[in-house]
Amino acid sequence: MTSAIYLKEAKYEFLMRLRVKAFSVSVIGFPLLFYVLFGILMNQSWGPIRMSTYLLATYGVFGVAGVSLFGFGVGLAIERGMGWLELKQASPMPPPAYFFAKLVCCIVFSIALIVLMLALGLSFGHAQISPLAMLQLFGILMAGALPFGALGLLLGYLLPASSAPSFVNMIFLPMSFCSGLWMPLEFLPKTVRAIAPFLPTYHLSQIAIAVVRGDHNNSALSHWEALAAFTLFFLGLAVLLQRRDATRQNSVA
Amino acid sequence: MNCVAVADAAALCCVTKLYGSHRALDEVDLQIGRGELVALLGPNGAGKTTAVKLMLGLLKPDEGTVEVFGCNPREPRNRQRTGTMLQVGRVPETLRAREYLDLFSSYYPHPLPMAEIVAAANLQGLENRLFGQLSGGQKQRVLFGLAICGDPDLLFLDEPTVGLDVQARRALWKQIRAVRAGGKSILLTTHYLEEADALADRIVVLHHGRVIANGTPAEIKRNSTLEDAFLTLTGNEGEL
Repeated sequence: MTSAIYLKEAKYEFLMRLRVKAFSVSVIGFPLLFYVLFGILMNQSWGPIRMSTYLLATYGVFGVAGVSLFGFGVGLAIERGMGWLELKQASPMPPPAYFFAKLVCCIVFSIALIVLMLALGLSFGHAQISPLAMLQLFGILMAGALPFGALGLLLGYLLPASSAPSFVNMIFLPMSFCSGLWMPLEFLPKTVRAIAPFLPTYHLSQIAIAVVRGDHNNSALSHWEALAAFTLFFLGLAVLLQRRDATRQNSVA
Repeated sequence: MNCVAVADAAALCCVTKLYGSHRALDEVDLQIGRGELVALLGPNGAGKTTAVKLMLGLLKPDEGTVEVFGCNPREPRNRQRTGTMLQVGRVPETLRAREYLDLFSSYYPHPLPMAEIVAAANLQGLENRLFGQLSGGQKQRVLFGLAICGDPDLLFLDEPTVGLDVQARRALWKQIRAVRAGGKSILLTTHYLEEADALADRIVVLHHGRVIANGTPAEIKRNSTLEDAFLTLTGNEGEL
C-alpha cells in the first residue's frame, strides 16, 4: 500500500520532468551536445589519452551534477514557492515519498545520460575504456551525484520560485568551468586552479578522470572524504532552511 | 467557549494566530459539525485561509486548540479522511488530469473509482489533457477532483470559485452540493455572500481575524446591519 504510493509518486515525477522539454533538453541534451562537439567532432589526443575518453569523465560529472541540481533544486523551489508542495503536505501523501520520487527521477535521468554518453563515445569517438573502468565510472558518477542532490535541496529551500533556474545556472556553470569539466584544469589560469579544490565538482571529476585514464589514484580517498563533507554540509544547511521554512509558514501570511 | 470537539468533524477552539505582531486570528471559535457545510465568509485578509491551514495542520496556533475528528490535524489517519482544495499559484503542468487523479487517489485507503471522480468533478473528455492545456475553470475542477478523489469525510475548499466566471462558478456549486448530499462535512471559504448563501448550512463571518457573526444564511441575511457592514467591507459584491 505505502510502497505503491512511493512508486506512483516516482513514476509521475519522472513523467512530469520528462515532458518538460526545458528540463530534459538542458540536463540530458547539453552534456551530450558538448560531449559530441568536443569529444567526438574535435577528438584530439591529449598526451596518451583521447579527448573522447577523457571527457567521458568530466562531462559525466557535468551531466549528473546538472540532473541533481535541477531535479532537486529547481523542482523544489518552484513547487514550494507556488503552493503545490503545501497541497501535497495537506494530503495524506507520506512526506518522504516526495523526496524519494525526486531521487528516483534523478537516478533514472543520470543512468540514461551516462549510458547515452558511453554509447556515443564507444560508437563514434573511439573512446578507449575497459568494461571494468566503465562500471567503475558508472558507480562513481552515481554515488558522486549525492552532494549535488544535497546542494539541490539546499537551493530548493533557498531560492525564490521565479528565478530558481537562473540562480542554479549561475552557480552550476561557473562551478563546472572552474573544476575543469569543460576544459582540463591544466589549461586554466592558476587562480582558477586554486579555487577548484573548494568545489565538489572538482573532487568528483578527479576520481572519475583517474578511472578513465587507468591511473592508480592515491588521492581518491581524500576526494571521497571531501565529497562526503560537502554532502553533510549541504544537507545540514538544507535541514536548517527547511525548519526555517516551517516556522516562516507560521509567521507570514 | 465550551468546545465539544469530539462531536465535530473539525474545530478551532479559542484560537489565536499571530504573524509577527499582526493578529491573523483573534480568539476564534469555529466548529464544523458532521455532515454540515460551513461557509467561512469574509473579505481578503480576514484570516480565512489561515483558519483552513490551521485545521490542515499546516500551521500551528499560538493559542487555543485545533482538533480534527477529535485529535491532532497532523495525524496521518486524519489526513486520509480529509480532502483539500487550496489556492495554488501554479501546478506542474506536464501531467494529465487523469494522472493527477490517479496519484492523489493512491494516497487514500478507499478512493472513489476513476469514472466516479471524473463525473463528480465534471471532467469528462478532459482526462487525457495535460494540466497546462486546461482553462482556468477546468484547472479548478481538477483541483476539486483531487480534493474528493479519496472519498474523504471532511472537505476543505479554500476559495474554490475565485477567478471563475459566473457559469463555471455555478457549475462548481452544483458539484459541491452533490458532495454535500453524500453526507460529507465541508468547510468552504469565500468572499461572496451569494456563494455562502447558496451553499451553506451555516455562515461564519470573519473580519480582521474575529468572528463577527455566526448563523444560518437566513439569520445572517436578516441581520441587515451586518449585511451592510459586510458589503462595505468587501466592496464588489455587485459582480454576481
